[in-house]
Amino acid sequence: MSPLRAYGPILLLGAALASMPFFAASNTLLNAMVLALVIALAAQGWNILGGYGGQFSFGHAAFFGMGAYGTALLQTRFGVNAYAAFAAAVALGSAAGLAIGYLSFRSGLRGSYFALVTLAFAEVFRILANAWPFTGGAAGVLIKLDVRAETFQFASRAVYFWIALGLVVAVMLINRSVERSRFGAWLVAIRENEDAAKALGVDTFSVKLKAITLSAAITAISGAFYAQYFLFLDANIAFGPWISVEALLAPIIGGLGTVFGPVIGALGLHFVAEITRAVAGRVPGIDLALYGTLLVVMVAFARDGIIGLLTKARARLFGSRA
Amino acid sequence: MFAPDIILAAVLNGLMTGAVYALTAVGLTLVYGVLHIINFAHGAILTAAMFAAFFAWKIGIDPYVAVFALAPIFFALGYALQRFVIGPSSHGEDRNILLVTLGLSIVIENLLLAAFRSDTRSIDVPYGFSVIDLGFTFLSVPRVVAFAASCAAAAILWLILAKTDTGKAIRAVAKEKLGASLVGIDVAHVYAVTFGLGAACLAVAACLLLPTFYVHPRVGNAYVLVAFTIVVLGGMGSVPGALLGGLFIGVVESLSGLFLGESLGQIGIFLIFILVLLVRPTGLFGARA
Repeated sequence: MSPLRAYGPILLLGAALASMPFFAASNTLLNAMVLALVIALAAQGWNILGGYGGQFSFGHAAFFGMGAYGTALLQTRFGVNAYAAFAAAVALGSAAGLAIGYLSFRSGLRGSYFALVTLAFAEVFRILANAWPFTGGAAGVLIKLDVRAETFQFASRAVYFWIALGLVVAVMLINRSVERSRFGAWLVAIRENEDAAKALGVDTFSVKLKAITLSAAITAISGAFYAQYFLFLDANIAFGPWISVEALLAPIIGGLGTVFGPVIGALGLHFVAEITRAVAGRVPGIDLALYGTLLVVMVAFARDGIIGLLTKARARLFGSRA
Repeated sequence: MFAPDIILAAVLNGLMTGAVYALTAVGLTLVYGVLHIINFAHGAILTAAMFAAFFAWKIGIDPYVAVFALAPIFFALGYALQRFVIGPSSHGEDRNILLVTLGLSIVIENLLLAAFRSDTRSIDVPYGFSVIDLGFTFLSVPRVVAFAASCAAAAILWLILAKTDTGKAIRAVAKEKLGASLVGIDVAHVYAVTFGLGAACLAVAACLLLPTFYVHPRVGNAYVLVAFTIVVLGGMGSVPGALLGGLFIGVVESLSGLFLGESLGQIGIFLIFILVLLVRPTGLFGARA
């Protein structure tokens, strides 16, 4: 694949989405888009480890929360500059990924065991953040409202939208370059058959470790941005199971182990959720119930997600081999 | 420090709670032992069972009576869930089963939330606050009943597995799926029966919990991670391991609640969980990795 064909469509999609605030500038819509992009980022992170590497984490909230709490606490407790806090929070998230990855891959945890241990780590973090006075306990943390560019706070939602979009596009580009690298090929080899990959000389432990670190860093970016956008978080938001679920759901709906999958999945999910809310009214839990149903239906009927369906449809229409 | 009396009382109370934990864990470990998957919908099924028991009480049926109807009903539900939803939609791939059971748990939990909102409900039974005086401490009657009934349910389950033909078929499938199907065992049926037995255990646990606990659409979550811990500790797939693990975890929770305070009481459980997973993923009694 030439670089143009590899990276062109990503930039094109980014440019198309970036023009959106000029046509539809309602705050409600922009707000929904920012939230969908935050989820897309978390999902892109999950997709590196789960989609390409086949290691299903049920606890990506651990990394999202590290990013979110990191940003918020460094600013409120230590008066660190917002951008420096953002960077430090992402570093903290990737360190958490490295540590959890080291512990669990060292003990050879795979499949359900890995899913369980990630879930447990996220829960431990949630309980600790909920009880520890330093993290604000159950009351949570509030970042002081101070709308200035130096504090990473903006009056216009469109600016947040462009920043979030910029992050998503940048991660898509990283994602594509991973796909085209030797590291990406090793990762896919591990997903397809870990023992065979090992037999062929792939250092599976270090590849998985790199993958979880990168994965955690991206999800931490999502968390840090979330904190910066909403300026409030508590343990159930930052480390709650909802984000772990959305992070894994979006790639599965969109297309596992693809560049566009997590983004399409996240945007699609939020579109569907908004429609459900419009139809069913504000019934609590109804959107999540729908997500769960979609998860089962996708696993049952469309293992390759929306991307897979599109590829199949194109092959049928144009008779080309996809 | 605390007087030995208080510690002994905490241990006894822990054992009472632990018996119910053990019952929830037995269902989980049974499913793991036979299907080799972790049922992430376990907590949601428990919640559903607690709601069922709650509404049974609403129409005037005591949970201790309702259990005799709910256990078979949940057996049938569990059977149908595995036979018609989980089995067909996962195409026999472990990764898919993981996702399908996660999806089911999200659906069940949130439908309950949509239907009943996040109100916390509890029932008020005449024996709710009765106690047995042991001289140095009091034991609450519903918890003693829960302890005894959990032991009885575990014994019945053991009898089913050890003595009946279905039990033999289940053990055969757990050991060697292909061999079992070669000698004429219907593997899909055995899977579904196992899943049904797991759900029935949860129905029993729900009826035992209700008199002293509350119902809430997310109440199962509190139990499911505890159940995971017990299963991992006792060895995935080991029924005696789950029973001992359950009692042990009950005591650990009770003691760490006493020493660390209520809000951190659960931390002890999670730390054990992570430690066991990292150090000895086969658990204390499990043989299979």
